[in-house]
This record gives sequence, C-alpha cells and structure tokens, in this order.
Amino acid sequence: MKSRHWYHYLWIWSIIYFSLGFVNILFAWLGLINFCLPLLFAIIGGNKLFCNRYCDRGQFLRFFGSQAGLSRRHAMPAFLHSTVFRVLFMAFFFAMFGSALWTTWLVAGGVASVQDAVMLFWTIRLPWEWTSTAAVSPWVVQFSFKLYSLMLTSEIIAIVAMLWFRPRAWCTFCPMGTLTQGICKLRNKKG
Amino acid sequence: MSTIKRYAVVRQEGCVACGSCADVCPRGAISVWHGCFARVDVTRCVGCGRCARECPASVIHLEVRR
Repeated sequence: MKSRHWYHYLWIWSIIYFSLGFVNILFAWLGLINFCLPLLFAIIGGNKLFCNRYCDRGQFLRFFGSQAGLSRRHAMPAFLHSTVFRVLFMAFFFAMFGSALWTTWLVAGGVASVQDAVMLFWTIRLPWEWTSTAAVSPWVVQFSFKLYSLMLTSEIIAIVAMLWFRPRAWCTFCPMGTLTQGICKLRNKKG
Repeated sequence: MSTIKRYAVVRQEGCVACGSCADVCPRGAISVWHGCFARVDVTRCVGCGRCARECPASVIHLEVRR
C-alpha cells in the first residue's frame, strides 16, 4: 500500500549499524540480526515478511532508490536474477561467511593472530585501527572485522545495483533472500 | 469514450518474492504468497503498472482484460 508504515523507516538502522561499526568494530556483531531474523520468519512463519517489510537494507534501497529517486531503473540482465546465478551467489557468500567463522575459530584456538582490518571485496584493506578492542577476546574482534567486511561489501554491491538497476535489484540475488525463499518453497511443497 | 482495462500478471517462476510490488500497490491487490512468489488479486487490480515498474526482476507485465 502507498501509505507509510513504521517499517519504512528501518533504513535508518542500516546507517546506524555502519556508523556504530565505524566507531567500534564490536558493533558488527549486530549484523547477525540480519542472518537470524529472516531465517526465523522463514522457518517458523513460512514467509518472507523480513524481506517484504522488515529488512533494513531493503528499506534503505527503497528509500534512496524509489522515494529519493536515485535509481536509474535500468532493466537487469536476465542472468543476474536467474536461479543458477542466485544459487551460485548464495553459495559464494555463505562460503565467505564460513571462512569468517573458520578464521574466528583459528584465532580462538590461538593458531592465527587477529587481522584488524576491514577487507572490502576481500582484497581492499581498510585500516580500522582507531577502535579499541583490548577489553575483549581476540576471536570476538576477529569475527567483528570479518562480519563487518561482509556486510559492507554486500551493502556496496546493493547500492551500486540500486543506482543502476531498479531500487531493490540487490534483493534478486540476496543470499538470505534466496535461502529463505528456498525454505518457504520447501515448506509449501510438504504442506 | 472507451478506456483499455489492464491487470498485472506475474511470471511466478522468476519471482524472487522480495515484496517490492506489494509495497507500492495502491490497492493492496498484490501480495507475496507464503514467501514463494507474488500473486495478483485480479478483482482488485486496476492495472496501474506500479508493481511492474518496481519489480527488480521484471517478472510483472500488464495484460488487457477481456
């Protein structure tokens, strides 16, 4: 519906999240909300209400792309929203998430030392030395950097896609969206 | 004077169920069915085309009512 709802303002959370992570990297852990909530909606509720309404990134893209009119609204090439690409992109992102968990495990075991930098696209090193993380365990810090890197990288892809394609272009290949839609489809096949 | 009446049609196998169509529909005529795909209530749809304009996967088009 056209009328404004409270969830249309959830884009503010995206800005708060990235700002908090800029001030102190430990706030990156809050990004796990975006992993858990859509799964809970899909597994318990059997719906994609998170994507449809409560996703802060989705609302961010809607606000800046649609409401503020920043999107050029070009049609996406078909392969970008094909099932093959969506599944491959999801596999890649979860492999990267798995690698974040793995390095966190290594740091926790004392095998590796903390990489205290945010890596953009896994290659561009953004030094993040101003955050004081001495008070917590090294593995907590490691996971913060890895998760923040993943969130920032995907946010940049989402913004570029929003500017050039339709506002919610990211949603067509969002790994969480692909996963939750898969769960919903499985549930409905059974039920 | 006659006006061409249209309604939205979703190609469901390509739908990513993001819900951006439901968000812009002024009549609440389109909704995401159990997180699987978008579905149009043709009795409510007035064929304004906002959903088709917003759909990131371009799976919505308008058809003429017969």
